[in-house]
Amino acid sequence: MAHLKTFLKSSVGRKFLVGLTGLGLSGFVLTHMAGNMLMFVGPEAYNTYGHKLTSTPLIYLAEAGLLAMFVVHMGLALKLALENKQARGTGPSQNASNCEKNARFGSRYMALTGILVLAFIVLHLISFKYGTYYSVNYQGVEMRDLHRLVVEKFKSPLYSGWYLFSMIVLFVHLAHGFSAAFQSLGFFSVRNCLIKKIGWAFALLVAGGFFIQPIYGYFYGGN
Amino acid sequence: MKLNLKIWRQNGPSAPGNFVDYHVDHVSPDMSFLEMLDVLNVSLVNKKETPIEFDHDCREGICGSCSLMINGNAHGPETGTATCQLHMRRFKEGDTIVIEPWRAKAFPVIKDLSTDRTAFDRIMAAGGFVSVNTGNAPEANSILVGHDTAESAMDSAACIGCGACVASCKNSSAMLFVSAKVSHLAQLPQGHPERAKRVRGMVTQMDQEGFGNCSNTGACEAACPKEITLENIAQLNREIVRAVFKD
Repeated sequence: MAHLKTFLKSSVGRKFLVGLTGLGLSGFVLTHMAGNMLMFVGPEAYNTYGHKLTSTPLIYLAEAGLLAMFVVHMGLALKLALENKQARGTGPSQNASNCEKNARFGSRYMALTGILVLAFIVLHLISFKYGTYYSVNYQGVEMRDLHRLVVEKFKSPLYSGWYLFSMIVLFVHLAHGFSAAFQSLGFFSVRNCLIKKIGWAFALLVAGGFFIQPIYGYFYGGN
Repeated sequence: MKLNLKIWRQNGPSAPGNFVDYHVDHVSPDMSFLEMLDVLNVSLVNKKETPIEFDHDCREGICGSCSLMINGNAHGPETGTATCQLHMRRFKEGDTIVIEPWRAKAFPVIKDLSTDRTAFDRIMAAGGFVSVNTGNAPEANSILVGHDTAESAMDSAACIGCGACVASCKNSSAMLFVSAKVSHLAQLPQGHPERAKRVRGMVTQMDQEGFGNCSNTGACEAACPKEITLENIAQLNREIVRAVFKD
């Protein structure tokens, strides 16, 4: 137990947890994106999927797990980022920015992109989960017409534009985060080209999948 | 060669520092970077000025004493090379070279370009060793080490502890240094008895010294004069998880 405490308090242990929760959240965004793809099948498939998800009691367990992962991931990552800022040396330097330049693009902006993703999630929950409740009836089953709400939102260029921007931010966050998580867990090194490529592919898949939805909703949603 | 230098001068740890412009003449392209500074220091002494303080010892690239941030690159523009092994042929006539100390909270400036890197010594004292009983050397064939393992451990052991990784890291993280030391001994049978205790001790000390955390950016690896790789950091991450379950 004492060793576990040492591990969890150490910088490396906390990075481990950030990586682990990051991978958990990556799994969530992947399934979320895949589920949303039902939008292309039609309103009935989309709404039935949403209805099935929310009508099982397991959803509360899943939501609690997600929330816990978010809290751990953000809390520890922010603390680590603040420590990192403090560790930098003081004194004016003509070349201090070189350290920044040497680092991969995504890795330099993890805190910023993370905060932007958080802002997106909060507004996203407000507009959909806690948004207008339209109802629809399929074969006698009353359920929420989320499809209508989604299409309505995506019809706004401002909303869609902000959504698209957020997906680019998510891409940058995942492109570094996914492969770096494996390094933090000690599985692979980020030097490993394969894991880097998988990280990019994963980020492209998730962000790209979400990306086409508002475009589709904006141009073809109503029909 | 004639060169313009912009060198960080600072009287003490808490004194404010600033860049001072110098000009050096008659620099031979065959000189090492430190020899060029020696030439400058001799001219400063002749003018009754205080010479520039900088760290150096073996000048053979193996002691880890020399440091210097040269034009924003730890140990200068050459890859896999310590400052003492950097030659002036890498620069051109009339170049302006900016020379700074390592900058990290855990490496306070002692004077000018010289920094206090004893934090690394304290990390080593917290576990970066193998305890052996004194007496006769054991029979060489009683502990067998495979060729690949020996090579890989040797690659990690190549770390000279100069601190270029810390200076190059946007977080001033010492992970590359600590991981090189941990992986070196974790791979060899001699290091196994203290394997878990070592990684716990060294990581705890690293955190206490005020180094930052690893963001997996790879800037350290790019700057390392001994080309220590990020794979060592992945191994350190594994070692500390393993240490949770071992005494």
